[in-house]
Amino acid sequence: MSWTTKQIGAMVEPDRAHRKAYTDPEIFDLEMERIFENTWIYIGHESQVKEPGDYYLAQVGRQPMVMVKDKNGEVHVLYNRCPHRGAQLCTARKGNTGNNFYCSYHAWTFHLDGKLESMPAKQGYEGTNLDFNDPEFHMARPARSDNYRGFWFAKLTEGGAYLRAHLGESAAAFDQLIDRAPGKETEVVGSCFRMVQQSNWKIFLENQLDASHPGVTHESTGKSAQQVEAKIRADGKEVPLELSFLSDFARLGHDGWTKFGTIGFPNGHSSLEGYMGLRPDDPDTNEYVRRMYAAYGEEKAEEILAVNIHHMLVYPCNSVQPPLQQLRTIRPLGPDKTLTEIWHFRLKDAPEEIYRRSLAYYYLVNSPSTLVNADDLFNWWKCQHGLESSAREWVSFHRNAGQDIVDGDKTYSAPDTMSEMPLRHMMHAWRDYMTAEKEA
Amino acid sequence: MGSATEILAAGNAQAVADVSVETQLAVERFLYRQAEIIDEKQWDDWLALFGDEGRYWMPSEEDQVEGDGQPNVFWEDTYLMQMRIARNTHPRAHSQAPHNRLCHVVSNVVIESEEANGDIIVRSRFHCAEYFRYEVRNFTGKYRHLLKKTGDGYRIALQRTDLVNREGPYEYVIQWWL
Repeated sequence: MSWTTKQIGAMVEPDRAHRKAYTDPEIFDLEMERIFENTWIYIGHESQVKEPGDYYLAQVGRQPMVMVKDKNGEVHVLYNRCPHRGAQLCTARKGNTGNNFYCSYHAWTFHLDGKLESMPAKQGYEGTNLDFNDPEFHMARPARSDNYRGFWFAKLTEGGAYLRAHLGESAAAFDQLIDRAPGKETEVVGSCFRMVQQSNWKIFLENQLDASHPGVTHESTGKSAQQVEAKIRADGKEVPLELSFLSDFARLGHDGWTKFGTIGFPNGHSSLEGYMGLRPDDPDTNEYVRRMYAAYGEEKAEEILAVNIHHMLVYPCNSVQPPLQQLRTIRPLGPDKTLTEIWHFRLKDAPEEIYRRSLAYYYLVNSPSTLVNADDLFNWWKCQHGLESSAREWVSFHRNAGQDIVDGDKTYSAPDTMSEMPLRHMMHAWRDYMTAEKEA
Repeated sequence: MGSATEILAAGNAQAVADVSVETQLAVERFLYRQAEIIDEKQWDDWLALFGDEGRYWMPSEEDQVEGDGQPNVFWEDTYLMQMRIARNTHPRAHSQAPHNRLCHVVSNVVIESEEANGDIIVRSRFHCAEYFRYEVRNFTGKYRHLLKKTGDGYRIALQRTDLVNREGPYEYVIQWWL
């Protein structure tokens, strides 16, 4: 079938969504067209391309992109495709392409800003319609690319909001990734971990702000961590802070999870308040706070550290955890297949131990050997299979429905609940993207 | 004496040591037994293979020479190994229901060095099939073990496991050591 705008609009109700939003291949294609290839999508951080010629590949919807730094230090986002016969110009995920891009098929070369440089036997093009100044023969550029404080995004269609306006209050995630550094800069560490979820991209985003799942899904992790903590104490040793990242799941209990508010912002962005005690009274933290005071002054430093975001979802592509310097990007591959890129950052001039906390979280939660997300990915895979069934047509988002608190352009979950407000909020934004007239 | 990672990094990964047949056999027997222990999920025996300071390491980058303070696919001391065992065998570890099955084949066992105290660096290749969610996944790669000789046989000071496809992307995750 071909979906009409009206039919798509009817897939989302105030407190439920139709299962085919998660399973239908045509809906997926429309999502690529109307969401991922139509709004701002994360490309990468400027620290991934430090030297002239450094490049890093990224995917926007179905389009292969490359981020590259030129000789003047300017970053460009380009389509990774030769305008001659279509061959991809860069095949390694990252590297340095030297002074130009070189096509391995017919040796066309391109400047680092994507303009056509040359090709062998150039005289063959004399008197033809190939014009070196015609962008048609340059590496294609997205309609727009822009960065927010070094975090690069691309938008493949003209029109709509500029990046800063699109991000709105979700930009706090990127502010926090930088402002928490006493040196006021942040840097990507290593390559990212890449994992494939056998489930729809929306299931991942929904899970991030679903406060009612951690105590259930991660029960085995929380309880096992408590056992190991007890064993370490019995051995007369100090329990490392990072084990609390795991034992929190058991410690909080259902009541605990009601204490963290969620907020919905325009364009589908949303946030979950922090719950982890990441400012303990230990020498490393105190040294970090001292450096923050020295860099910003006490008042400003406290203002920065008081921002308490566990997850910020930058719809539709990022999940950012600023206090632990984690950033996940999703690259949907199909209705039931989603690639995640998982990055972490080092705060300039923070004590090494503060970086180690970020690294420990990156390892325990986000690595391919994760002791946490194994159960999440498994749940999502089961959801995807269950949603293939026609036994029920609807996905329920009823928890605390009708109790959301709307204040201006923000929506707050009802206090002391594990409200499914963010899930409703995201599906409403999804409907708006999917049913809007495509921007000209 | 440096750390186990420094010792492994300083070793010549192309070296072939001239060791006795008895040593070769004892080291091979140790590696085969380790493979059997994980395939049979004998977790007390697994922990006993590692010395108190023993570590299991799977780097995430090809040129990585240190695990400490860097991103890794695995970087586990015996406490984290106990954490993994407790979690994966917990009745509510629903992603381990039904439990997976592992089948390792270890081969190409080459001892790189043998110290006067009997400590060994040995490299080998492995293939591991995992039956999980009613499908078979395959993992293959290279091991390098730093083995400490004790009065009670060898103990692993450091096991480095390099997957051929370490950069990913990973389909799902890896829940047990490979």
